[in-house]
Amino acid sequence: MIEHLPALVIAIPLFGAFITPLFRKRYNLAALWAILISGLTLVLVLLLEYQVLTKGMMIYVFGADKPTLVLPSGYRVPIRIMFQVDGIGAFMAISAGLMSFVGAVYSYSHLQKETGLEKYYTLLLLLTAGILGMVLTGDLFNLFVFLEIASIAGSALVGFRNYRGEASEAGIKYLIVSSVASLMVLFAVGILYGQYGHLNLAYLSKQITFNPLDMIALGLLFTSFAMKCGSVPMHYWVPDAYTEVPSGINPPLLVSTYASLYALFRVSFTLFGKITIDMATVGWIMSILGVLTMFIGVTMALVQKDVKRLMSYHAISQTGYMLLGVGVGLTVFHDKQALIEFGRTAMAGGVFHIINHIIYKSLLLLTAGALFYVTGTRNLNEMGGLARKMPITTISFMVGAAAISGIPPFNGFASKFLIYEAVYKLNPLLAIFAMVTSILTLASFVKVFASAFLGPPLEKYEKVREVPKPMIVAMVILAALCVLFGLFPDFVLDKIVYPAVDALINFIQYQSWGGLA
Amino acid sequence: MNVLTNFPFIVVALLLAIGFYTIGFKKNLIKIVIGIEIIEGAVNLFLVALGYVKGAYVPIYTLAPKEAAEVNKMVLPTPQALTLTSIVIGVAVTALMLAFAVNIYRHYGTLDVRNIRRLRG
Repeated sequence: MIEHLPALVIAIPLFGAFITPLFRKRYNLAALWAILISGLTLVLVLLLEYQVLTKGMMIYVFGADKPTLVLPSGYRVPIRIMFQVDGIGAFMAISAGLMSFVGAVYSYSHLQKETGLEKYYTLLLLLTAGILGMVLTGDLFNLFVFLEIASIAGSALVGFRNYRGEASEAGIKYLIVSSVASLMVLFAVGILYGQYGHLNLAYLSKQITFNPLDMIALGLLFTSFAMKCGSVPMHYWVPDAYTEVPSGINPPLLVSTYASLYALFRVSFTLFGKITIDMATVGWIMSILGVLTMFIGVTMALVQKDVKRLMSYHAISQTGYMLLGVGVGLTVFHDKQALIEFGRTAMAGGVFHIINHIIYKSLLLLTAGALFYVTGTRNLNEMGGLARKMPITTISFMVGAAAISGIPPFNGFASKFLIYEAVYKLNPLLAIFAMVTSILTLASFVKVFASAFLGPPLEKYEKVREVPKPMIVAMVILAALCVLFGLFPDFVLDKIVYPAVDALINFIQYQSWGGLA
Repeated sequence: MNVLTNFPFIVVALLLAIGFYTIGFKKNLIKIVIGIEIIEGAVNLFLVALGYVKGAYVPIYTLAPKEAAEVNKMVLPTPQALTLTSIVIGVAVTALMLAFAVNIYRHYGTLDVRNIRRLRG
């Protein structure tokens, strides 16, 4: 059973998704089923991570037992679809499993007033399957297919509240951006296939020569994945999509955004890892995009009045940190000394920031959903004095806000500190921008805290009570993770982050299928 | 001769240009959806054209004669499989986009993208 884990991780949410429509009109059963399936997926991805950490990279070839042995004539070229799970893939899979579980638990009571919920849970599980497929696959075309599954399910969920025109507007915006991006990915895959005749990532990365056509392919892949992960200047869909989506979907939708970021890293580090000259330029582009993204995101966030929209702009801004951290690593990728000195640390900061950000931003968006649940509005000017009425939500919000602003001892501090420290060694200016962004982040969260939770209690919220238990459970899980990751960053870094970073750096091992070829 | 062999790729480039123009400059939401469809057609054509070998056998193994086993005697089957998958995905994407467009028309009373702007700031 253990050797079939990579396939099971995809098969179980997919199976769950196709069973869910049978629970027509019995929404509670559908919700429990989704919680069960996503919980099972979470257990499986944790097992998968354990396997990857103890036994090394996992290869799963569909229809054969070895990647090299494919034809009786001895033609030693991978023609089958394979899943190739290494440190970073397993790392992303954990985030996806955890967040879809939290999202399903939260949705149980958050959406009680809505209808058509069996379709909602179907799409939630499909989104999970799409993300997991994207991060586990070792085949470029497969990557495209799962990218499309994730973006179709994601945009359908963004437009889930179809009684609101705004939801459809955000949904079509997201779908247009993602379908253009994925078509360009397919075009780039076609260019690579036309030249080398293969779709396997590891095999392609061994063959690549970096002629002008490959440069076009790299450019297309880079732009499309940067578009899909919400980097400036293609960030405009992020606030709309995150604001309009039901809050329970925010956690998995965040992970699906970062699955594209993962694909960006995979393309730059593994597929084009062999190219020694030009990757420093790509690294600089990535770092500068990161700085721009974080700065523009945070300045846009400062002026927002809609609480979820404000947090969505912060999501853009935090993506900048990841791009910056990993971009610095890519800049010095082929400079062994600088890589050991600070490149690896910068990448660890960037990768660690992915999971930290997924945790605390999901927590913040869930508290925003809780505010919406009790007040029926997202406008900050209409809220006030909710701290006494909703103590657990308030504490969760405070934990999330402290974490996103990088205040010790919460998890945001651990990863941001690594990024500052390492980026400073490449270029002090980049680090200064990152710190200023952090201060502005704190400023805007003080604003949210003051206007929503503090102040005199308003008369219209006299009867407001704390949100139902499932929502509290979801928020408390995430808040506890924020604190735990902040108190024991070394444990997390050693166990899951550095293996992920080393998987990105050590592309030779990826090319050889973990020593099988 | 060269123009003839490269003809599919010229068409691909033209279709891509038309598609991007449609997405960028047309104001009607339905036309934007059509633009995305045109880009998809371009990419599908590109994939099929990549695997095509002139004068070669169709990639159906049971009917292929002996000489099909030689190099460049059979059209590549993989790009055709890829295109089929991509067409299926494209149908799903188009259906969803049109559903959104219908819903937007119901709530906003227009399909002009300049007026569909309640989400801003």
